Amino acid sequence: MKTALRGLLSALTATTLTMNAVPSLAQLATVIPTAGPDAARLDYALRARRLAEGTWVIEGAVDDFRRDNGCNIINTAFIATGAGVVVINTGPSRLYGQQQRRLIEATTAEPVAQVVNLNLHPDYFFGNQAWADQAPQALAGSMAGMAAEGGAYADNLYRLCGDWMRGTEPAPALQAMAPGVQAAGRHRLEWIGLSGHTGDDLVLIDHSTGVAFVGGLVFADRVPTTPHADFDQWLRSLDRLEALHRAGYFRWVVPSHGPVHEGLRGVAQTRDWIQWLARHLRDSAEAGRDLSELLAQPVPARFAGWAAQPAEWRRTLARWYPVYEHRALGAR
Amino acid sequence: MERMRLRRDLIGLAPLLALPGWYRPGLAKGRTGGDPLGSPQWPDLRREFVGADAVSFSDRVVVRGPAMAEDAMNVPVMVDARALAAAGVRVRRIRVVVDRNPIRHVLDFEPLRALPVLAFRLRLEQASPVRALVQAQDGRWHVGGVWVQAAGGGCTVAGASRIDGSWSRTLNQVQARLFDSVLEGSRRLRIRIMHPMDTGLVAGIPAFHIDTLELLDAADQPWWRLALREPVSENPLLSFELPRQVAGTLRLRGQDNNGNRIDAAVQA
Repeated sequence: MKTALRGLLSALTATTLTMNAVPSLAQLATVIPTAGPDAARLDYALRARRLAEGTWVIEGAVDDFRRDNGCNIINTAFIATGAGVVVINTGPSRLYGQQQRRLIEATTAEPVAQVVNLNLHPDYFFGNQAWADQAPQALAGSMAGMAAEGGAYADNLYRLCGDWMRGTEPAPALQAMAPGVQAAGRHRLEWIGLSGHTGDDLVLIDHSTGVAFVGGLVFADRVPTTPHADFDQWLRSLDRLEALHRAGYFRWVVPSHGPVHEGLRGVAQTRDWIQWLARHLRDSAEAGRDLSELLAQPVPARFAGWAAQPAEWRRTLARWYPVYEHRALGAR
Repeated sequence: MERMRLRRDLIGLAPLLALPGWYRPGLAKGRTGGDPLGSPQWPDLRREFVGADAVSFSDRVVVRGPAMAEDAMNVPVMVDARALAAAGVRVRRIRVVVDRNPIRHVLDFEPLRALPVLAFRLRLEQASPVRALVQAQDGRWHVGGVWVQAAGGGCTVAGASRIDGSWSRTLNQVQARLFDSVLEGSRRLRIRIMHPMDTGLVAGIPAFHIDTLELLDAADQPWWRLALREPVSENPLLSFELPRQVAGTLRLRGQDNNGNRIDAAVQA
């Protein structure tokens, strides 16, 4: 078992893991009371919360896209490495990107060195307009997806979010990045390319602080989004993340959606959901049930209290159940 | 750029467009002809699709649809008039209409020897009531319905098989399977027929849709009959409830409005 795990990990080039300046749980649990977004002034009221040495997270609402949360439901983050700031995701709009940039500049004196979008979904990259001079980076597959689907995302977010989107145009990442280990100032950053939530899911593990930025592969206390999902691949990626955690690669998890947490809680929740979902859709289709009947059924109690329920579940049903229905009728 | 400007303009109008439910029940009874869904289109729909026959709104006609249509091209709807049948009403025909679609007539279903239950998908152009007008053998109509919200556009964009051109390779191919005991005491027949179901509302693509469909037994007697119209979704997926004793080889027969035939055997 140990050997197998080492084999799995040998693909990664990281050697040592130093967990300096890991915050205490008490520090993490401290929630600063914050004013909500101000729709009149289009102010997201972004706050930077320090997670570890040189590491801050800007937390979005654990919710679905809504005007009253400014459609800010994503956690973005930044790391002041000592050799420039690395920005992780740029939020749902031009205004978000601008406000994020001002917040980062007010929080650290270091100049920004790198802006990265972890996948192709709109709230990962719609703030790129504010970072155009930094030429945001993403995996090549994500860049292609941003270019292909950006217009449709914009239509949808303008409809859902209204004025918060003012002046936003999709600005796909401008540089393709390759996974690997990067020495950045005092930080040793490892970029890992996985998939399953989308075709290209970038994960950042900061070996210097033990913080993993897992993007959309891990959700916590919130229904996972699935428009570009491959469920089998997603489960494999969760296994990989679990193995990395067990090998001591990281301790803190920053999901894009849901609270920052320690350990495997989000991995376990996301795996439970994906496994249940795939089985439920297959069994229901094999039993001959119609989509309208599934929409009317409640989800199991352990999922019922999650944020974005039932809207995100219904979106998943509408997106994926027809695929299972067709399969049950013998479609290739 | 043009689109961005349009979007900005629309956002400016949003407070005017997002109407606070002036169509809601009870506000305009005169204007809606007593419609429990409060739609001012109802009196006109009634004239067109019911005529002079007696009509009553009935809780025994259940129309199940999503509160919000996630995919306006494929809105799942199930019509269930079993409660009406249980109350002694003999169902002749179920007519489905959508108040606010550019083409309002969706389908006509004659259950004959099947249960008065039908599941299908339809295109929704905007938020609208979806209604089942159920005509009894005595000529009276019993009406049920549900409001479905939608971002819209379902009728006026081309379907996937039209966009990628694949429809011509699969036209009128049929997949079918029977399932036991989804509803108590019946066998469910689910059928999928490959057809673009073009509405005629997309520039340059004329209306092209399955027109008639029937399921026949070994003696060529129909189990049910169905007439489909443009708003039925691309590659229709239809679910019927047949009596438990249905057996042997059934035959699905029909044609589209261009005269292309549908003919497939279904093993019960």
